[in-house]
Amino acid sequence: MTAPVTAPSPSPTESRATAPAIELKGISKSFGPVQANKDISIRVMPGTIHGIIGENGAGKSTLMSILYGFYKADAGEIFINGHKTEIPDSQAAIAAGIGMVFQHFKLVKNFTVLENIVLGAEEGRLLRPSLKKARGVLKQLAEEYELNVDPDALIEDLSVGHQQRVEILKALYRQADILILDEPTGVLTPAEADHLFRILNNLRAEGKTIILITHKLREIMEITDSVSVMRRGEMTDTVSTSGTNPEQLAEMMVGRKVLLRVDKTPANPGEKFLEIEGLRVVDDAGVERLKGIGLTIRAGEILGIAGVSGNGQSELLEVLGGMIPATSGTVRVRGEEIDITGKHSDGQSRRARGIAHVPEDRQHEGLIMDFHAWENICFGYHHDPKFQANRFLMDNEALRKDTEAKIERFDIRPPNCWTAAKNFSGGNQQKIVVAREIERNPDILLVGQPTRGVDIGAIEFIHKQIVALRDAGKAILLVSVELDEIMSLSDRIAVMFDGQIMGERLPADTNERELGLLMAGVTDAPTGAAPALEETIHG
Amino acid sequence: MDLLTIVQILDSTLRLATPLLLACLAGLFSERAGIFDIGLEGKMLAAAFFSAATAAITGSVWLGLLAGIASSILLSLLHGLASITFRGNQLISGVAINFLAAGMTVLIAQDWFSQGGRTPSLIGRGRFEQITLPFADAVESTPIIGPIYAELLSGHTILVYVSLLAVPLTWWILFRTRFGLRLRAVGEAPEAVDTAGVSVVGLRYAAVMICGVLCGIAGAYLATGLQAGFVKDMTAGRGYIALAALIFAKWRPWYALYACLLFGFLQAIALRYQNIDLGVFVIPVQVMDALPYILTVVILAGFVGKAIPPRAGGEAYVKER
Repeated sequence: MTAPVTAPSPSPTESRATAPAIELKGISKSFGPVQANKDISIRVMPGTIHGIIGENGAGKSTLMSILYGFYKADAGEIFINGHKTEIPDSQAAIAAGIGMVFQHFKLVKNFTVLENIVLGAEEGRLLRPSLKKARGVLKQLAEEYELNVDPDALIEDLSVGHQQRVEILKALYRQADILILDEPTGVLTPAEADHLFRILNNLRAEGKTIILITHKLREIMEITDSVSVMRRGEMTDTVSTSGTNPEQLAEMMVGRKVLLRVDKTPANPGEKFLEIEGLRVVDDAGVERLKGIGLTIRAGEILGIAGVSGNGQSELLEVLGGMIPATSGTVRVRGEEIDITGKHSDGQSRRARGIAHVPEDRQHEGLIMDFHAWENICFGYHHDPKFQANRFLMDNEALRKDTEAKIERFDIRPPNCWTAAKNFSGGNQQKIVVAREIERNPDILLVGQPTRGVDIGAIEFIHKQIVALRDAGKAILLVSVELDEIMSLSDRIAVMFDGQIMGERLPADTNERELGLLMAGVTDAPTGAAPALEETIHG
Repeated sequence: MDLLTIVQILDSTLRLATPLLLACLAGLFSERAGIFDIGLEGKMLAAAFFSAATAAITGSVWLGLLAGIASSILLSLLHGLASITFRGNQLISGVAINFLAAGMTVLIAQDWFSQGGRTPSLIGRGRFEQITLPFADAVESTPIIGPIYAELLSGHTILVYVSLLAVPLTWWILFRTRFGLRLRAVGEAPEAVDTAGVSVVGLRYAAVMICGVLCGIAGAYLATGLQAGFVKDMTAGRGYIALAALIFAKWRPWYALYACLLFGFLQAIALRYQNIDLGVFVIPVQVMDALPYILTVVILAGFVGKAIPPRAGGEAYVKER
């Protein structure tokens, strides 16, 4: 069940049964001076799961957008089941039996599941017959593939995992034989991801062809039959999954050897740097987001907060970072209580207390995208006397010198302090934020999703910086939805669910399954459950 | 206050609510598809002028209606071109249309008719006639039911009945047809429509065209039904009131009917009771005239609960990866 790495092109007389479900030949696409796809050829046999892996900006999404009719390739040909096919728009892709599940779902939030499914695939001018038919088909698909969703539920009331099922159902309802999934597990809990993989296995068993785009090596190893690696718009290689390993794939992605495990020594915790007691936050809508959080972080340790996004982790970071006020509770920094409810609770006062914050959403909270690198790198610390020329003016020259030093130390590319933040890649944007916060030598570092949308090479670098800060005797609070990242980086793991801490575990004494149950709010999980998915590969 | 007075006020409410309702439904189609339309006012005004001018010149109100609709559609297409094709700012495009209509109508009117920016008064077949419903005369003397039937329901121009019928029709189109499903989807999540292989641009143009037709009828009604001819700025902010009614109605057809009847009712009260003598002091006519507008401000200031507009409203659709 593996795609041949190199095989002769199918002759026109070749029977349909052996023709590849998808064959791309010499696809090229450029946006202005940027060559997003360069002479890409790929063959995917029917009834297989084919992975496409690569760093951000490697051209995976562009390639799939061409296949789904969003972009027109500058050169190259597409064959579906051995027939040359033109795909000028999404309608044509659907007609060719291609369905796509986007990373960001394309659903109408205040429509029901049924309405979303029939949208664009209605039977006639009136809705009633379409909805009736869809209801029947849905029932059948649910039984066949474990794709259960309430057809009358509104999308906005569904969990992310269920919303994704609706996307898959949409494709199947349009009788897609080829399913493309773009980073499908990024938003799922481990249990939901397992369920998704079961669905994909069922689909493969029914003869569907699946293309899985991901940057998670573990998923590639777990479910695909063959895998193509992309780097800088080019197809590096296509290999059969059974004949490769994560290290080799990572090397092909990045072009050099990458350390997949975080290399760190056991923690050596010191005095209590951050103590949180009974922290509560009620938001403007009256919803209690944090329901009495209690945590302690010592010098020289990394406390990782695991959880499905939206369970209060963001609010925890925002309160500690001074972005929103707490409703009640106490926070002590090195034994001294700080104001978290009143008017002195802001980002500036936190920095004065030695709390640095790498926010979750770097594009909105960490950076001003239209500003230059040197402006972004001083935000929050621009009052520093060393950046003042005199009483009224700032010393921009000193700022730029400081920036250039940071650019060099953090290997930020392009190494130009006049480049606007929006023109850096995700990884380099994150490096700018991390450089700004870490270089001030804080006592406590708050880090939210440090490697979201960051390529594998930069992940390695950022992880090293965080560990180095810990080794320098600082306290670090790490919030991430990537369980792998939490497992490999943390010295202690606390799991959040519904605004509460469900429990604390040591990484060595737990596994993904146990954490996954805690993340889903199940507290009476038997410890030492089956050690499924114990690999510590992240990325 | 006797029954006849009440019936007369309600009768007047119906007449005054008609242009609001048509414009409100016009805005509903446009905004449900994600195109904000502040240019309802301008489209109505243009339609009012061209329908009155055409009716005055040809003597046919039906030709006038067609000319009004045509002029309104033309402005709609302009709005569509600016905000759908060229992805411009929908508010600015709408404001531009309002200015354009306010200036051009008076200018052309002066050039054509030389009556100080008006059209000649319409007479005879140049206006929509009142339709007397069957048996209206026969039942008029029946107590209660008689006046309600003969005064309130009977004796309106055809456009009043058209506007009332447009409410269930709009509801049916929006919620029972394929076109309606897609139209609502394109105002909420155009990317979902696009990836489903349906043209976002096509749907939005269709919505804008429907908006043009309804605004055209509303304008024609103003000049050839409610009044007899065009005068400068005769829409008097009705386009904006219709927008307020649309928000009040939470972008739903039946609520739109109720909201427009409420605004029409306030206008009818203002027309009937010029000065209200409370004994201690007299509420001047200006206060009464200002009532619908005050209500508009109150509604727009959000005192009427949370109204959630279509999520993709006001934003041009740009395909992303």
